[in-house]
Amino acid sequence: MTAPSLELIGFTKRFGAMAALDDVSVKIEAGAFHALLGENGAGKSTLVKCAMGYYAADQGQILLNGREVEIAHPRQAHELGLGMVYQHFTLVPNMTVLENFVLSRGDLPAVIDWTAERRALNAFFETTPFTVPVDVPVADLAAGQKQKGEILRQLYLKRNLLILDEPTSVLTPDEADEVLTTLKKLTTSGQITIVTITHKFREVNTYCDAVTVLRRGQLIGTKPTSELDNDRMAEMMVGRRETRTVVERETRPPGKAVLKLEGLSVADNVGQLAVEELALEIRAGEIVGIAGVSGNGQRELVETLAGQRDLEAGRMLVHGEVYTATRPEMVRHKIACLPEEPLRNACVADMSVAENIALRSFDQPPSSPDGIRLRRSPMRETARKLIEAYKVKTPGPDAAIRGLSGGNVQRAVLARELSSEGDLLIVANPCFGLDFAAVAEIRARIVQARNRGAAVLLVSEDLDEILQLSDRIVVMFDGKLALQTDAATAEVGAIGRAMAGH
Amino acid sequence: MSTGIGTALERIAVSALALLASAVIFGLLLILYAGVDPFEAYALMYQGAFGSWFSFQNTLTRAAPLILTALCTALPARLGLIIIGNEGALVLGGVAAAAAGVAVAASGPLVTNLAMAAAAMIVGGAWIALAGGLRQYRGVNETISSLLLTYIAIALMNHFVEGPLRDPTSLNKPSTPPIGDANMLGTIGGSDVHWGLAFGIVACLLCYVVQRFTTFGFAMQVIGGNPKTARMMGLNVGRYVLIACAAGGAAAGLAGMVEVAAVHGKANASLAVGYGFTGILVSFLARHHPLAIIPVAILLGGIGASGGLLQRRLDLPDAAVVVLQGIIFVCILASETLYGRSWTWLWRFRAAEGR
Repeated sequence: MTAPSLELIGFTKRFGAMAALDDVSVKIEAGAFHALLGENGAGKSTLVKCAMGYYAADQGQILLNGREVEIAHPRQAHELGLGMVYQHFTLVPNMTVLENFVLSRGDLPAVIDWTAERRALNAFFETTPFTVPVDVPVADLAAGQKQKGEILRQLYLKRNLLILDEPTSVLTPDEADEVLTTLKKLTTSGQITIVTITHKFREVNTYCDAVTVLRRGQLIGTKPTSELDNDRMAEMMVGRRETRTVVERETRPPGKAVLKLEGLSVADNVGQLAVEELALEIRAGEIVGIAGVSGNGQRELVETLAGQRDLEAGRMLVHGEVYTATRPEMVRHKIACLPEEPLRNACVADMSVAENIALRSFDQPPSSPDGIRLRRSPMRETARKLIEAYKVKTPGPDAAIRGLSGGNVQRAVLARELSSEGDLLIVANPCFGLDFAAVAEIRARIVQARNRGAAVLLVSEDLDEILQLSDRIVVMFDGKLALQTDAATAEVGAIGRAMAGH
Repeated sequence: MSTGIGTALERIAVSALALLASAVIFGLLLILYAGVDPFEAYALMYQGAFGSWFSFQNTLTRAAPLILTALCTALPARLGLIIIGNEGALVLGGVAAAAAGVAVAASGPLVTNLAMAAAAMIVGGAWIALAGGLRQYRGVNETISSLLLTYIAIALMNHFVEGPLRDPTSLNKPSTPPIGDANMLGTIGGSDVHWGLAFGIVACLLCYVVQRFTTFGFAMQVIGGNPKTARMMGLNVGRYVLIACAAGGAAAGLAGMVEVAAVHGKANASLAVGYGFTGILVSFLARHHPLAIIPVAILLGGIGASGGLLQRRLDLPDAAVVVLQGIIFVCILASETLYGRSWTWLWRFRAAEGR
C-alpha cells in the first residue's frame, strides 16, 4: 500500500441558515499524520463526513492523489481507499474479530470458507505492527484492543487513508500512546495517510506533522506542527489568548454530610452486581472525585444516584433522609446531574431547547402556577435568559436540541442543572469530547458550585480532571472502593495502582 | 413546542401520500381481480359515505366508536408504547355496560347511562392498564400482550353472554337482557347520529388540552421522547404508563358502552366487529394526534359505510372495504420511513427532468 494525498477544495455546507462549513480548503500530504483542530461546532466532523460521502456538500471538490474524484456515498469513499474510525466502536460485540472483519467486506460469497478466511487473516496479521486475538468475541476485548481492531479492520479492507474521529477518547494514556505510535510508524513508512480529529494538544505535538484549525465553519489555517506551540494553537482555535478563569478554590472545612451511601449494591444490565456494598459520604462544600478505569461500576453508580437505575440493596441518604430518586425529593434536596453524553442521557432530542431547559422546573412556578397547568411563554422567557447566561449557541429557544453541537447541548444541560443552585451535584465525565474552552468553563462552574457549598460527586475517566478538581479522591475497582485519600496528599502512583486493582 | 409548521405539513403530506398509494393499489386490485372500473368504485364509495345526508349520518355513526377506540392506541403512543388491544377493551366495556345497565335499569335513563359508562370505562381501563403494568413491571412486550388480551377478552365476552349474563329468551344469538328502550342513548338533535360521536369528540379535545396545556402532558412527552431522561427528572414513569393505558382503555370501553346503549341495546357477539382494530388504523393514520383522529375516523367510518353500496352495485364482496383498510394500514406503516428525510432529491429529480 502507498499513502495517497488528499485535497479538499472550497467545501461549503449549510444546515438551514447556519453555515457549518464556509469555503474550507485543506491539503493533506501523502503519508502525513494530519490533525484537525477546532472547538465543538467548528465544522471538523462536518468536513470529514463530507469527504466520506455521508453528507452531500453544497460545494466542494475532492482531489485524491491530484486527480478529481466524486464521492457521493460512503461506498465510493471506501472503494477509493478512504476509511473512517469513530470515537465509539463499530465492531459487532458478540461476533469474533474474524467474523467482524470478514463481515465488513463488500464481496461476501454465499458460503464462507472460514478455514481459508482465518488463514488469510492470520497471514495479514503477520504484516501489521500490532494484532488482536482472532477468535475472541469483540465484547471480551479491552477498549484499547477494540480500537486497534477498528484500525486493523480499515487496513484489512485495504484503506490507505484513515480518518480518525477522536480515536483516543476511550483509551487510557498508555493505550493511546501505543496505538498512536504504531500509526505514526505506518505513516512515516509511507503506507497510509492519517487525518485525526482531536482535542488533545499533547497528541498533536507528539504525533502530528501538520495541523488544520477550523473555527465556526471557517478555515483559520494549516501549519506544520513544528511552527506551532500550545499557546499559538489555542489562539488559532478560539481566536484570542485564553484568559483562564479558574475559580479560586476557597479553603474551608467541609460542612455537614449531604449524601451518604450505605451498603449500596447495584446490578448492571445483565443482572451482575456492578456496585457492591459501597459506603461513601460527601459533605457540603467538597468535591469527591471517583477515579477508575471505565467499566468498574461508576456508570451504574451514577445512574442509581440520578434515578435511572434501581438499587439491589443498601440505601442512599440525602440530608439524613432516605432518598429514592423521586421528583419531590429531587426538588426538595435540590439535586442536579451532569451526565456524560447529555443528548442521550439528560435531554429529549426531539423537544426544543426551551423545553429541555425546563425539564427540572416545568411543574414549578412560573412555568406552572399550580403544578397542573403549563404556561409556555414564561418557560420560553426563562430559557432565553439561561441561553444567554450560559452562552448556548442555538438558532433560538424553539429549535430542536438535537440540532445543537455537543458542547452546546452540554451548556444547555448546565444551564438547567446549575441555575437552581443545587445542594448535591452529580457529575459524570462532564467534559467528554468537548474543546478546552468549554472544558475550562464547565470545570469553573463545578468549582463555583462547590465554593457556594454544594456537595459534588465527580466521576471521571480523566485522571487529570479528578486531580485538578477534587478535595477527596476515591478509586473504584470492580464495584468496590479500592482507595480513599485526600487530594492534597494524594500520591498519583497509589491511585494508578488502585485503578489497576493492586 | 418543537413541532413547527414544516413538520405538521410533512405529516399531512406523508399521510396523504400513503392514502393515495393505497388507493392506487386497491384500484389495481379491483381491475385485475374483480374486473371493476376503480373510478366507478371510488365514486360509489364517495356516494355511500358522504354523498347524501343519510349516508353521511351512517358514516358519523360508524366514526363514533372509531374515535374512541383510536384513543386507546394514541394515548399510550405518547409514552412510546404501542397498544393494539383496543378491541378487547371495547368488548369487555360493552359487556360491563350491559350488565350495569340491566342492574340499574329501573332508576331512569340518566342514572342508567352514567352507570353503564362508568362500568365500561373502569373495565376497559383496567384491561389496558394490565398490559401497561405487565410492560412496566414485568418487561412483557405491550404490543403482544395487549393483542393476546384481546382474544381473552372476546372469549370472556362469549362466556358471559352465553353463560351467567345470558337472556334466556335470546335463542339464536345469545345476548344479555336488553337495557330497555327508555334507557337507550339518544340521538343528537334531529339527526340519526347518537351521542357517542359527541363523547368521542369531547374525549379527543380533552386529550389535546391535557397533552398541550398541562404538566402531565409535558411529562408524557418527556417519557415518550427519552425514558432515561424522564427517570433522571424523577418522573414516576410507571404511574404515567398506568394512567395513560387506563385512560386509553377507558375510551375504548366507552366505545363498547356506546355500541350497547345506542345501537344494540344489549351485549352480544356483534360487539366484536372490528371497531377496535380499525381504531388502531385510525390512530396511526392520525399520527396519534388527538385532533387528527376526528377527521380520520370520519374518513374510515365512511369507507366502512360504503361497503354495502359496493356490494349491491358492483357485486363486490362485503370484505372489499376491509381489504382497502388493510392496504391503507400497510402503506401507513411503510410511510413511516419517509419522515425526517430531506426532500431535496425530489427537487433535484425535477430539475434533471426539466433539462
